[in-house]
Amino acid sequence: MNNSLNRPVPLGMMPYQGADHFKTTKIRTMLPEVLTKNSEKSINNIASLFDLIPIVDGMTLSFHHHLRNGDAVLNMVAEEIKKRNLKNMTLAPSAIFPIHAPLVELIKNKNVTQIITNYMNGPVADIISQGYMENLVIMDTHGGRPRAIESGELKIDVAFIAVPNSDRLGNGNGIYGKNACGSLGYIIADMKYAKHKVVITDSISKDINPIEIEAKYIDYVIEVDSIGDISGIVSGTTKPTKDPVQLKIAKDTVELIEELGYLKENMSFQTGAGGTSLAVADELKKRMIKKHIKGSFASGGITSYLVQMHENGLFKHLYDVQCFDHEAISSLSRNINHHLMSASKYANPFEIKPMVNDLDVVILGATEIDLDFNVNVTTDSHGKIIGGSGGHADTAYGSKLCIITTNLVKSRTSMIKNHVTTITTPGQTIDCLVTERGIAINPLRVDLLNHLKNTKLNIVPISSLLEKAYQMTGVPNELQKSDHIIGVVRYRDGSIIDSIYLIGDHEL
Amino acid sequence: MRRSLLFIPANSPAMLQNADVFASDSVIFDLEDAVVLSEKDAALSLVNEYLKKFEFDNLEIIIRINGLDTLLSKNELDTIVNDKIDTVMLPKATYETTLQLSKMLEKIEKQKKLTKKIGIIPIIELAKSVIEVNQIASVRGVTGLLLGGEDLATDLEVERTEQGLEILLSRSMVVLAAKANQIDAIDTPYTQTQNDEGLLKDTLFAKSLGMSAKVCIHPNQIETINQVFSPNEDEIAYAEKILNAVSQNMNNHKGAFSVDGKMIDKPIIERAQKLLEKAKKWKL
Repeated sequence: MNNSLNRPVPLGMMPYQGADHFKTTKIRTMLPEVLTKNSEKSINNIASLFDLIPIVDGMTLSFHHHLRNGDAVLNMVAEEIKKRNLKNMTLAPSAIFPIHAPLVELIKNKNVTQIITNYMNGPVADIISQGYMENLVIMDTHGGRPRAIESGELKIDVAFIAVPNSDRLGNGNGIYGKNACGSLGYIIADMKYAKHKVVITDSISKDINPIEIEAKYIDYVIEVDSIGDISGIVSGTTKPTKDPVQLKIAKDTVELIEELGYLKENMSFQTGAGGTSLAVADELKKRMIKKHIKGSFASGGITSYLVQMHENGLFKHLYDVQCFDHEAISSLSRNINHHLMSASKYANPFEIKPMVNDLDVVILGATEIDLDFNVNVTTDSHGKIIGGSGGHADTAYGSKLCIITTNLVKSRTSMIKNHVTTITTPGQTIDCLVTERGIAINPLRVDLLNHLKNTKLNIVPISSLLEKAYQMTGVPNELQKSDHIIGVVRYRDGSIIDSIYLIGDHEL
Repeated sequence: MRRSLLFIPANSPAMLQNADVFASDSVIFDLEDAVVLSEKDAALSLVNEYLKKFEFDNLEIIIRINGLDTLLSKNELDTIVNDKIDTVMLPKATYETTLQLSKMLEKIEKQKKLTKKIGIIPIIELAKSVIEVNQIASVRGVTGLLLGGEDLATDLEVERTEQGLEILLSRSMVVLAAKANQIDAIDTPYTQTQNDEGLLKDTLFAKSLGMSAKVCIHPNQIETINQVFSPNEDEIAYAEKILNAVSQNMNNHKGAFSVDGKMIDKPIIERAQKLLEKAKKWKL
C-alpha cells in the first residue's frame, strides 16, 4: 500500500495522509499514569534489578539520550542482556549514538530484534541499514514518541532513566552532579507511562531542586560509579561557522526572515547546533540589537549561543528539551527564565498547546530536499540511516515559517533531488529553502511569494536550483532501492510517511 | 566600474565552484602567487575547463597570469584568452610589459576572432611601476590599476604597517593616474582576513584617497568593501533630485539652477549621473 506521498507502507501500518490529517480523525488517547507502590527503592546493581522485576525475553526497555555520545547507561543494560542471553528484546531509546556500538553484537545475535527511536547514527545505524535487525526499525519524531508512549502504542516494560542528580527516592534532575546533562525532557513520558521505572544515578544528594524526575513514578534507584562521560554531551560545534558559503546562507536567511516580517518584537525562534545554525543565530542577534527587538522565546535544543542571547535580553525565555553544551546546562541553574520542558510539551501533536505551535521561525537542515520540498534527514542518498527526525518534522509543522538551509552541492552531490531517498518531513510543512545560489519558496505559500514580489533577494524556483546543481555535478543515476524494507519513518501522528530499505547485499 | 574583486586560487576546485556565489563585482582566477610551480599547468587546465562549462551573469572574469618575464605567461594567454574572460591581470607591470601584453592580446583577439576587447589590469607593485604609472594607465586596453602593496613594500625594502604610510604616496599616484585616464583605482588587499574592523578602516581610508575599488583575498571581506564603495541611500536620492532638476530646467530652457540652495554645474551633474549608473549596475 502507498501513502498520500506515494511511498510504500508495510502491511498493517497506518499510511500517512497529510500533515493535518490527525486533526480530523484522531482523538488523544492517554493511558493512566503508572505510580510506584514501592517505598524501598534502592537496588545494588543492574543484575539484581533484572532478577527482581524480572526482565525477560521479549520485553521493551527504554532510555533517554541526554548524555548523547557520553551515555553509559544503555551499554550497562546491553551488557546485562548479553550476559543473560535474553532474546527478542526491543529497545526504545530516544536516540542512538556511536558510543552504543556494543549493541551491534546484540543485534547480530538476535538478543535485540527491534529498535524504536527518533535518531541514530554510527555503527548501530550502519548494521541496521545492512539488514541485520530482525524486525522493522521505527523512526519516530521527538513529539511522536511521547504520543506513542502515552497512547500505549509504544508499550514500555522498563524505563532506565539516567539521572545525574537524584535522591534515594528517585527525585532528580540533570542540572547538577558530575555528569550534569541539563534537561531530561525526552524521558518524561517514559517516566509516567512505563510499567517499571528505574533511576540510574552516579550522584545521590538530599535536596533536589528543581525536581524534573518525580519519585512518585520511580520504582527503583540504582547508584553506579558513572552514568557517562560528560565530554560526549556536546553536540557539534559551539561557534558560528567561518565558512563564507555558509555565512552567505546565514545572512540571506536572516534577510529573508526580516523581509517576510518575522523580525519583530516578541518573535520566537528555534535553530539547532552546528556552524550554519549558529551563524543564523549570530546574524539574527546583530539585527535584533540594531533594531532594538526583544524576542519572546527560543526553544528546542539549547546552545550556549541562545543562552548568551537570553542573558543579553534578546529572548525573554528559553524552553529547553535538551542541552547541546555545558554552557546551556549551567544556565539552567542561574537563569530563572530558562525553563525545563518535556518532549510532549515541546512537540506532541495532541498536546493542547505544544511549544512548536507557538514558534514563529524555525531553521532546519536537510540531507536532501526534493522538488515538492519533502526533506530527508533520516538517510543519506544511498539509503543508509545517518540520523532521523528528532524535532525536524514537529517544528516544521508547528512553526509559522520553516526555513531549510543547505549548501546546494555537498561532496559533489546535489542536495536537491527530484525525489528524496527517504521522506522525514513532508514538503507541505516546509516554506523556504535557502542555498548559496538562491532562495526557493514553496509554491504552496502563495502569501510568501506575494510578499517577496519586489525583493532584492534572489528568489528562484526550486527546479532552477536543481538544474544549476546538475550543471555542476552532472545528472546522477537514480538509486535502485531494494525491495527489502528494514524500517519505517513514523510521522508525528503515528502514520507511516516512508519506508527505509536494505542497502548492500546482506539478507537475513 | 568595480567595487570588489575577489581572488580565487585557480588550482582549487571547491573554491572555483563557489566563485560566483558571492557579491563581488569581479573574480580574479589566480595562476600566479596562489599556485605552486608544479601545479601551474593543472591549474590553467582546470580554470580553462571551468570557464568553458559555466555561464556567469553580471560578473567580470579576470585571469591573473604569471609575469611576462616567465616562460608560463605566453602559454597561459594562448590557452585562456577567449570570449569567456573579460580581463587579464598583469603582475609586476611596467610600461614596457603592459604595452607588450596589450599587443599580445590584440593579436590573440584577431587570431581567435573574439567578439570583445580583453581588458588589462596592471599591478603596480614595483617602484618602477609607480614611477611609470601614468604611462601604464594610458596603454590601450587598461581598464584599472591595482596597487600591490605587499610586493611594493618588499621592493621598497620597507615594512608593511597597519597605517600604511609607507605606501601612501604610491596609493595616491595610482589614484591620480587612474583618474587622469578615467579608469578604476583598485586598492591593495587587506591581508588580515579575521580583522573586520581593520578592513573597514583601511577601506574607508582608501576611499578617502580616491580609490574606487579594493581586491578581496577572502569572500568574507566583500560585504564591507561593497558597502564602503557603494553610494548610500541619501546619495542616490540626492543624485536623482539633481537629475530631475536638470530635466525640468532643460524643459524650461533655464541655464544655471540650484538644488537645496546649492548651485548645480556640469561636474556635479556628471557625478550624479555616474553615481546613478553605479546604483543601477549594483542594484542598489
